[in-house]
Amino acid sequence: MAGPSTYEPKSGIERWMDSRLPLIRLGYDSMVDYPTPRNLNYWWTFGGILTLCLVIQIVTGVVLGMHYVAHVDMAFDSVQRIRRDVNYGWLIQYIHANGASMFFLAVYLHIFRGLYYGSYKPPREVIWILGVVILLLMMATAFMGYVLPWGQMSFWGAVVITNFFTAIPLVGDAITTLLWGGFSVGNPTLNRFYSLHYLLPFVIFGVVALHIWALHVPGNNNPAGLSVKSRADTVPFHPYYTVKDGFAIILFLILFSVFVFYLPDALGHADNYIPADPLKTPEHIVPEWYFLPFYAILRSIPNKLMGVLAMFGSIGVLVALPWLDTSKVRSMRYRPTARWCFIIFVIACLALGYAGAHNPEGINLWMGRAATLYYFVYFLLLLPILGLVEKPKPRPASIADSVKSHGEPAATPAE
Amino acid sequence: MSDATAGQIGDQEPTRRDFIHIAAGAAVVGGGVLALWPFIDQMNPAADTLALSTTEVDISQIPVGSQITVSWRGKPVFIRHRTEEEIAEANAVDVSSLRDPQTDDERLVPDPEGALRPEILVMEGVCTHFGCVPLGDGAGPFDGWFCPCHGSAYDTSGRIRQGPAPLNLPVPPYAYLSDNVIRIG
Ligand code: HEM
Ligand code: FES
Repeated sequence: MAGPSTYEPKSGIERWMDSRLPLIRLGYDSMVDYPTPRNLNYWWTFGGILTLCLVIQIVTGVVLGMHYVAHVDMAFDSVQRIRRDVNYGWLIQYIHANGASMFFLAVYLHIFRGLYYGSYKPPREVIWILGVVILLLMMATAFMGYVLPWGQMSFWGAVVITNFFTAIPLVGDAITTLLWGGFSVGNPTLNRFYSLHYLLPFVIFGVVALHIWALHVPGNNNPAGLSVKSRADTVPFHPYYTVKDGFAIILFLILFSVFVFYLPDALGHADNYIPADPLKTPEHIVPEWYFLPFYAILRSIPNKLMGVLAMFGSIGVLVALPWLDTSKVRSMRYRPTARWCFIIFVIACLALGYAGAHNPEGINLWMGRAATLYYFVYFLLLLPILGLVEKPKPRPASIADSVKSHGEPAATPAE
Repeated sequence: MSDATAGQIGDQEPTRRDFIHIAAGAAVVGGGVLALWPFIDQMNPAADTLALSTTEVDISQIPVGSQITVSWRGKPVFIRHRTEEEIAEANAVDVSSLRDPQTDDERLVPDPEGALRPEILVMEGVCTHFGCVPLGDGAGPFDGWFCPCHGSAYDTSGRIRQGPAPLNLPVPPYAYLSDNVIRIG
């Protein structure tokens, strides 16, 4: 709800600045007096958490860059040196490594929030698509970052993932050689991954700015999925949501700290403490946990090209989602059947994560296949069809009403 | 059309200005693409990387029924001294039933006299699925190689028999310099 600005510069300096570069006005309008739906729940706190994650990764990453050496003969040792010898290097390295996991945890919850409450539907399609762009950039950044310590998992992860491009007919091999800068993953590959790993977070930063700009045009969606109709539906962002977001951030940082201080390697893989050996693949290679569902989709299809297409397609369908879901009702609170389909979808995603972590044999293979099938059926069949056949529950007249009636529709007038 | 003025609605003839716009636009796009090429091509293997492209190997020390792995262009190359049974097994396969049909002989390179040496099998140790190094020494259901990453199985000739990989293990360019030495690359 980009309404008229209510900012009034108080001092001479503020007035001087406001007529030259209205930066304070921008901050005031988008973070202080920004009218926000009054019914946002804790699922809405992940946007702020994600912004914090990005800042944490950039700050710790720049520091690591001061000590890291991007060369195949030195990269592994330079990371061990950061952990052992550099002052507080252990802390900064563990924050950065676990920070990536925390970032993905938050972004997945943020995305599920959007899926459940229909935040991708008009008028928020552009916000959503920018979100998917951010997700892809995050994946590229995390993948290249994981290669940098040059352990066995780093190296073989890089081999397998760059080899995805060999699946492209005709030009696949040429593209892969171009990516490697050689005939296999080697020093040129490590160097360029470092360069891009440093660059991409700043690109993400730019896209996040667009994402939030686009958000501030229609304003936030909310758990009732209703549009804001009057002032009674909103509260100012500050102090209401600064405090709510702040509280969620504290809880999130506690979880983050548990990992950094007590379980710093729990999410990693022991094989990455072995320096990269281009002549020997580890017995059991797995990606980082946040890529497991995609890895499971890849492996559940026995054909190389089809597997790669399905994997990229699983993110591609997210781009098309605003046009695939035919229902006008945003929030699944009022969609009795879709709600169950969504719950099964979440279970399917978790099943994919499990299947991705285990050898694709027997029950695991079939579970992965069933979950892959459901993943696509949900987007390509269930959502398009349900919007046409499902009868939604009655919705409250306004956001304000939904708060008073605790999400239940207000007593319907006698018929 | 004789004295139609440019810019009149309805009957617009392309003018010289339209031509200049299109020509200038094409020059900008063409120039842009040409300027982009160096920035793409710099990512391809550099001259020194290309120069490191041959490896010489003494094969006389490989006992029958075992293999060595050498590094060529940063990737593993398997050289296996095959047993009689392995060779027989490779030749017993119906080639037309294979995913990537090749006879065992087609996967060998003749020595300078033109003779094949089926006991020496040379191939890249790079799974044609996503590039892992398959386990050797008779691993897998076809007694050849088995890729631990996603379960591709290769036979005693390094041909793909089962699993997601689409192609046989590639044979690198190589030549016999003498009875005991081959040069890969
Ligand atoms: C670096 C990653 C990201 C950052 C920093 C970020 C940041 C934010 C912030 C600050 C908000 C506003 C607060 C909120 O509603 O939670 C927001 C809203 C939103 N985000 Fe993201 N986001 C990120 C990634 C994504 C991704 C990957 C998606 C989806 C694929 C996404 C979809 C959305 C949508 C649809 C909204 C509008 C939500 C609403 O108001 O209901 N975001 N984001
Ligand atoms: S890399 Fe060998 S089976 Fe996938």
